[in-house]
Amino acid sequence: MLTNEAVAQDIIQQFGEAVSEFDDPFDLLTLTVSREKLIPLLQYLKDHKTFQISFLTDLTGVHFPDSPGREFCVVYHAHSLINNYRIRLKVFLAENDIHVPTATILYESANWMERETFDFFGILFDGHPKLQRILNMEEMDYFPMRKQYPLEDGTREDKIDALFGR
Amino acid sequence: MVTEDLSIDAVEARNTPATPEGPIQYVNELTTLNLGPTHPATHGIFQNILQMDGEKIVSGEQTIGYIHRAFEKISERRPFYQIKALTDRMNYCSSPINNFGWDMTMEKLLGVEVPKRAQYIRVIMMELARISDHLICNGILGVDAGAFTGFLYLFQQREEIYEIYEEMCGARLTTNMGRVGGMERDLSPEAIRKIRKFIKNFPPVMREFEKLFNRNRIFMDRLVDVGPISAERALNYGFTGPNLRAAGVDYDVRVMNPYSSYEDFEFDIPVGKSGDTYDRFMVRNEEIWQSLRIVEQALENLPEGPYYADAPEYYLPPKQEVYKNMEALIYHFKIVMGEIDAPVGEVYHAVEGGNGELGFYLISDGGRAPYRLHFRRPCFIYYQAFPEMCKGTTLSDAIVIMSSLNVIAGELDA
Repeated sequence: MLTNEAVAQDIIQQFGEAVSEFDDPFDLLTLTVSREKLIPLLQYLKDHKTFQISFLTDLTGVHFPDSPGREFCVVYHAHSLINNYRIRLKVFLAENDIHVPTATILYESANWMERETFDFFGILFDGHPKLQRILNMEEMDYFPMRKQYPLEDGTREDKIDALFGR
Repeated sequence: MVTEDLSIDAVEARNTPATPEGPIQYVNELTTLNLGPTHPATHGIFQNILQMDGEKIVSGEQTIGYIHRAFEKISERRPFYQIKALTDRMNYCSSPINNFGWDMTMEKLLGVEVPKRAQYIRVIMMELARISDHLICNGILGVDAGAFTGFLYLFQQREEIYEIYEEMCGARLTTNMGRVGGMERDLSPEAIRKIRKFIKNFPPVMREFEKLFNRNRIFMDRLVDVGPISAERALNYGFTGPNLRAAGVDYDVRVMNPYSSYEDFEFDIPVGKSGDTYDRFMVRNEEIWQSLRIVEQALENLPEGPYYADAPEYYLPPKQEVYKNMEALIYHFKIVMGEIDAPVGEVYHAVEGGNGELGFYLISDGGRAPYRLHFRRPCFIYYQAFPEMCKGTTLSDAIVIMSSLNVIAGELDA
């Protein structure tokens, strides 16, 4: 049975400065890793003798327009099927340097998930074999999941946020 | 006056084209074959551009997104209870699993404890949904291999399941079943009668179906060793659910991370060996039997008590109360108008969907709608392996491989 403390200690020992912001919301170890150490960390967790966190469950992006310098976040959920242990890794990116190394060298499953993240957030995965839009059409010239594209018509006056939710 | 030579030999000589000298030259040229987007054998709108060398597939290029409906974006404007209607439209063959998966994600965030009875009712509905999902997949696999009969036998049983849904929530396909905090109504005597009838009538039909297919020489020839995938590759490709279990990995969310009282029931996880199409077919067949076992146990041990949690600020109050009781009226208004604020939090919750691990990643900033909601759709992740699996097979094999993967377009594109 792996505990969050043990895994966190091991990662801190191995990666030191590169990992930060440890948290465990709903008992799921969450940590932030620097962009440079992301792939080494994924590789380390995958090859680790006892952790064996070798299944990439999910990969997605989040947009935080209000936090300058770290507007974009790529979230990785990894799972150890042997130990039944999940971990969540986050990489924060600045809007003017929106590059992150691809995880496809470790996981084939990252291929489409990264394409989807690129499609909706415009996050560029360096080294991806085919970084193209996947769900939206090729001609689209914006990234729809970014917060600056509101879902509702902004010119409407009959629908007030204070009364009808956001 | 005759100017042409009209003798038979001369006419034939004129009409026969000149043949090139020497043996016939074959140019090794690949044929491009467009499978889809609207092809009856793909059972959904997605395109495959296949490069064929004669009969064999050399490579495939997938195009998806034809029914993308931007659920994740829409969710960012919707109150929490309205999002459930969107989850229906993902894997529309097993909507209740998606519905309850979303409810459980919300309950995890809100910290609501659901009473046992509601959990058992959910288990019954989710397992019926799994049965109907697998029935469609296996029935259609038969159709794609050229055997229509089994499909027709099974569809009558799916109809029975849909009647149970109808009894529970009034809808058949897009069920929108349950509420955050429990069920919207209790199991009615009529629903219990229908479930018992299904438990009684279904096994003979299923046995007949298995008799028709499982050891059928032609069917086995079409399926055995077609599109195999090793456990290692399957894990690398992010396979989950029956497709992963067919490759020999016994990963099942219901057992690994039990939710909704799955730990109370006794059932087996069937696993395959080679991960080929036949294994996927057999694993699904066996899962139908195991699901039936769970439904029987849940109905047998159905606990008494309330069918919804005591969480008035999140659970829509019963209609009679709304007319009589002031608090109920206020909560009803607030919930329906979407004025319920959720706590700040970050949740990942996974359920075992019809196709594998269906995950909900929710970030709430304390507002009325999610800050970010991401669906981990099993189909979307494992469908990338299709070109690798059908490489070197024939077109007819590619069709059964795709069919056995159970790619549901709604879930693929979200």
